[in-house]
Amino acid sequence: MDQNVENHGRLEKLEGIGCSRKRREDPRFIQGKGNYVDDIKLPGMLFAVMVRSPYAHAKIKSIDTSKAKAYPGVHAVLTADDLKPLKLHWMPTLAGDVQAVLADGYVSFQNQEVAFVVADDRYVAADAAELVEVDYEELPAVVDPFKALLPDAPVIRPDLDGKSVGAHGARKHHNHIFNWQIGDKDKTDRAFTDAEVTVKQDMHYPRVHPCPLETCGSLASYDAIRGDLTVWITSQAPHVVRTVVGLLSSIPESKIRIISPDIGGGFGNKVGVYPGYVCSIVASIVLGRPVKWIESRSENLTTTAFARDYWMTGELAADRNGKIKALRVNVTADHGAFDACADPTKWPAGMFHVCTGSYDIPNAHVSVDGVYTNKFPGGVAYRCSFRVTEAVYLVERMIDVLAQKLNIDKAEIRKRNFIKYEQFPYLTPLGLEFDSGNYLPALEKVLEAVDYTALRAEQAQKRADPNCPTLMGIGITTFTEIVGAGPSKSCDILGIGMFDSCEIRVHPDGSAIARMGTISQGQGHQTTYAQIIASESGIAASQIAVEEGDTSTAPYGLGTYGSRSTPVAGAAVARASRKIREKARKIAAHLLEVAPDDLEFDLDQFKVKGDPSKAKTMKEIAWAAYNNVPEGMEMGLEAVDYYDPPNFTFPFGAYLCVVDVNKKTGETKVRRFYALDDCGTRINPMIIEGQIHGGLTEGFAVAMGQELPYDEQGNVLGGTLMDYFLPTSVETPHWETDFTVTPSPHHPIGAKGVAESPHVGSIPCFSSAMVDAFAHLGTTHFNMPYNSYRVWQHAQSLGL
Amino acid sequence: MIPRSFEYHAPTALPEVIALLGQYGDEAKLLAGGHSLLPMMKLRFAGPGHLIDLRKVAELKGISVVGSELHIGAMTTENELIFSKLVAEKLPLLVEVARQIADPQVRYKGTIGGDISHGDPGNDHPAVMMAMDATFVLVSATGERLVKATEFFHGMYDTALTPGEVMTQIRIPVPPAGTGSSYAKLKRKTGDYATAAAAVVVQVQNGVCSAARIALTNVGPTALFATDAAASLVGKPIDDAAIVQAAKLAMAICEPVADLRGDEAYKTAMAGQMVERALRSAVSHVK
Ligand SMILES: Cc1cc2nc3c(=O)[nH]c(=O)nc-3n(C[C@H](O)[C@H](O)[C@H](O)COP(=O)(O)OP(=O)(O)OC[C@H]3O[C@@H](n4cnc5c(N)ncnc54)[C@H](O)[C@@H]3O)c2cc1C
Repeated sequence: MDQNVENHGRLEKLEGIGCSRKRREDPRFIQGKGNYVDDIKLPGMLFAVMVRSPYAHAKIKSIDTSKAKAYPGVHAVLTADDLKPLKLHWMPTLAGDVQAVLADGYVSFQNQEVAFVVADDRYVAADAAELVEVDYEELPAVVDPFKALLPDAPVIRPDLDGKSVGAHGARKHHNHIFNWQIGDKDKTDRAFTDAEVTVKQDMHYPRVHPCPLETCGSLASYDAIRGDLTVWITSQAPHVVRTVVGLLSSIPESKIRIISPDIGGGFGNKVGVYPGYVCSIVASIVLGRPVKWIESRSENLTTTAFARDYWMTGELAADRNGKIKALRVNVTADHGAFDACADPTKWPAGMFHVCTGSYDIPNAHVSVDGVYTNKFPGGVAYRCSFRVTEAVYLVERMIDVLAQKLNIDKAEIRKRNFIKYEQFPYLTPLGLEFDSGNYLPALEKVLEAVDYTALRAEQAQKRADPNCPTLMGIGITTFTEIVGAGPSKSCDILGIGMFDSCEIRVHPDGSAIARMGTISQGQGHQTTYAQIIASESGIAASQIAVEEGDTSTAPYGLGTYGSRSTPVAGAAVARASRKIREKARKIAAHLLEVAPDDLEFDLDQFKVKGDPSKAKTMKEIAWAAYNNVPEGMEMGLEAVDYYDPPNFTFPFGAYLCVVDVNKKTGETKVRRFYALDDCGTRINPMIIEGQIHGGLTEGFAVAMGQELPYDEQGNVLGGTLMDYFLPTSVETPHWETDFTVTPSPHHPIGAKGVAESPHVGSIPCFSSAMVDAFAHLGTTHFNMPYNSYRVWQHAQSLGL
Repeated sequence: MIPRSFEYHAPTALPEVIALLGQYGDEAKLLAGGHSLLPMMKLRFAGPGHLIDLRKVAELKGISVVGSELHIGAMTTENELIFSKLVAEKLPLLVEVARQIADPQVRYKGTIGGDISHGDPGNDHPAVMMAMDATFVLVSATGERLVKATEFFHGMYDTALTPGEVMTQIRIPVPPAGTGSSYAKLKRKTGDYATAAAAVVVQVQNGVCSAARIALTNVGPTALFATDAAASLVGKPIDDAAIVQAAKLAMAICEPVADLRGDEAYKTAMAGQMVERALRSAVSHVK
């Protein structure tokens, strides 16, 4: 008993995997002591602003910077002509395209970067920016990807004139970027020909923006004497930025230091390299002074990395019982004016091929066409893995459509099609190997928790009552995500495999510092990585400092997005910790004068098997590592691990949503949202809960209000937070969360990643509920966002 | 999001304000809470050379009952309205509307006088002022004049205020017993302007409506005073049929502009819905 109490005390002190350790990050954030890019001030620092195009498509006839240059306090005004001698007026994108850093003779989206004004402070810079005179000749703009593919559509990218092959194969039109196909087309087509039932549905996943609270920015400081460049930057992937900067500038990476300090949310918006970053670096090199550039909110919302904008057509073939035989998908992907998607190099539609979902579908074929339009570039993974939100949305919508056609309940049709527990690891027809899953119990748990039968009865009653002022809708999703990019055999960025890394140094006093190639933007890495190290190496989490984001200290890694931190860097953390533990075992054996195999690891110490009184704590071992190691062993206690995952991980969940829609105004109330997530091993349940609340709230935002529409002239509408929907606590529904645990078999601690599941899984769930509210009137689908206006229009179209 | 440079003045008495307005003329703008003016300056839609801050002018503050009216200083903030016991007791509608304006940060700074003077059809006070039959006190170098809310709003950002004039006070008659009121606002989210909204004040005696005033927000170039809709209610019980009829008449005067909140049809329909909602709620509030 006493022994148990003592063990429990040691376990608590360790704060390892599974405990709801409080976030180490929070004390500084809630006291306003975070350190963001814009908080950093250097002596002699200058400030820069962008001059942007008011037109979506125009020829630039001339740029006159003389007035701006003459304005007191202005140090430089850069245009494409100034960047040309450095060959920096264009830069490569992560998707194999190029993007204008500063407009080179023409602009192809509204708010495109045209000139960069560097001045004493942001006030002078703003005044001088107004003095830059640009003479534009407006050209017709095209904002609709289907119209962009018409034969006589305006040429959006004259620089690509005559190039019939792009980074991803043949281009079939001057505004076409690529066609990407996967799956067996013939078999799939045959399955459709032979099918008893088929359904088809068009859907648009609107252009949205991740809208992190902190906008993008950089502070570049070039030391001409040392030849060193230091850049503080809002980046989710600082090492990738270093490589890109090295490629662009020809400065060796050893002389470039990229620092991501505290990052105020990323959600995919901060993966890419933006013209503002490049210009601040060039300006610092040219002027020999630190140059800071920080986006305004509207600049962020209208220039740096949108997400989605996928026009999808899904088709399912099935038998009369709802058993699916085949999935066929055609996508027209609007990439904007430059293809600056953040995707693994080989996959221009990211991991869209996870679109067969949680279902055992024998045949599938996917075709995606990327198209240029006069809209700002992006196509990033907004709180999801590359294009996974789109994929999950498609399959979850399609299975609902099939259920409706066959008049089978949408919970039931899912049960009939789930991949069974015994089928894992499961090879999908599109070539992915799902690591583990247990879908049926998850859905059943949810249905029972909400009393699904009673909800359906209530709905039937309401539908029968013509005086009922509201329509009740029930949504269900049973999604599978793909995260943890990724195995280097299939995933690279700019040719660098998508591994990640961890380095741990244990100090003589038994405390430690650990550094990773990832960078937290709200995920709580400082807290959770320390928990993995604690469980795996026996060093109390409170004794571990976790550092990320500085390329001069952290090992190379591909950064944080696509829920890859836990699946990839988290695995490196576990493996580096185990290396520490194994060296510690040898030192302990030496100290205790036994063989290493005679020792067993017990939380924070090594004990001699059969004689537990003989033990050495990790603290004692750490000290010995610096003065008394076995002969032939190197001193010190350090480990590095670079982890190239053998596979992705596949978290899943079952969600249910109940909405009440006001027939007369379109106002919608989310009455209930029940989210069950399975992310494998749970490192910190409290952080998981927080991430799920955040992801659900962002999912709610996307489904119910977020959208960046354009008018015909190519003006981006809704580029302020007055229009762009960022829910507050007033709008946000109450979330109910639940979980099951199905560990990943290939991950060192069985963890899968969780923060994106709620975003990916909830959006189709809201759609499912909204469509369900109108399903008895024949609706099979209508497009997001479900703001009152759109919902009212839909109700009107049905004669309500 | 940085305004052009300007000179800042912080007078402490009304005559000083008038003098500064006289001195700088067109170049000057009065600054109240700044939550309409500063965003326009930051977007560089407005670039006044001189800002005359009214914050320290004591004459523009305070809430008091004078005779049968409530007198509210133009520089009273939304937050002060919300937490004023006097306002809650005498003019609950004013508390109801103030609570629906923007968000707490804006309400701590934004003033009732600024909300009215701005002449923005999207602002919520104008319709409420019409429904409550408010009178505004306007002071200039030539003296003081009184303008009724129903006469004050001329067009988008265009009001009865003439150059050199300051709104000092808002005077609102305290409604008699048997009055019910409500403000129903449809908005997309916290901090948003109305897609459409309706302010309603009704008097009910022995179950019959004896007087009614209805005004609409953001469905025209100014707040709209819905006289026909209001008149249709008088002399009858305010039942479902009467409410639907009043809503129809209110919709007939709407001339909204399409934007991301909705097209003309939607906004007009929502104005009707808000009239219905406000009427039902006002009737239930009759005291
Ligand atoms: C995010 C956001 C959301 C908002 N949502 C709403 C909303 O839902 N409903 C709503 O009603 N408002 C809304 N507003 C506007 C807000 O209520 C403003 O505070 C208000 O419209 C103006 O009042 P102010 O005191 O801030 O005036 P200021 O912005 O300082 O001035 C506005 C104008 O009135 C003039 N002025 C001010 N005081 C006087 C005076 N005493 N005499 C003569 N002229 C004067 C100024 O010169 C200026 O032209 C919102 C504002 C923001 C920023």
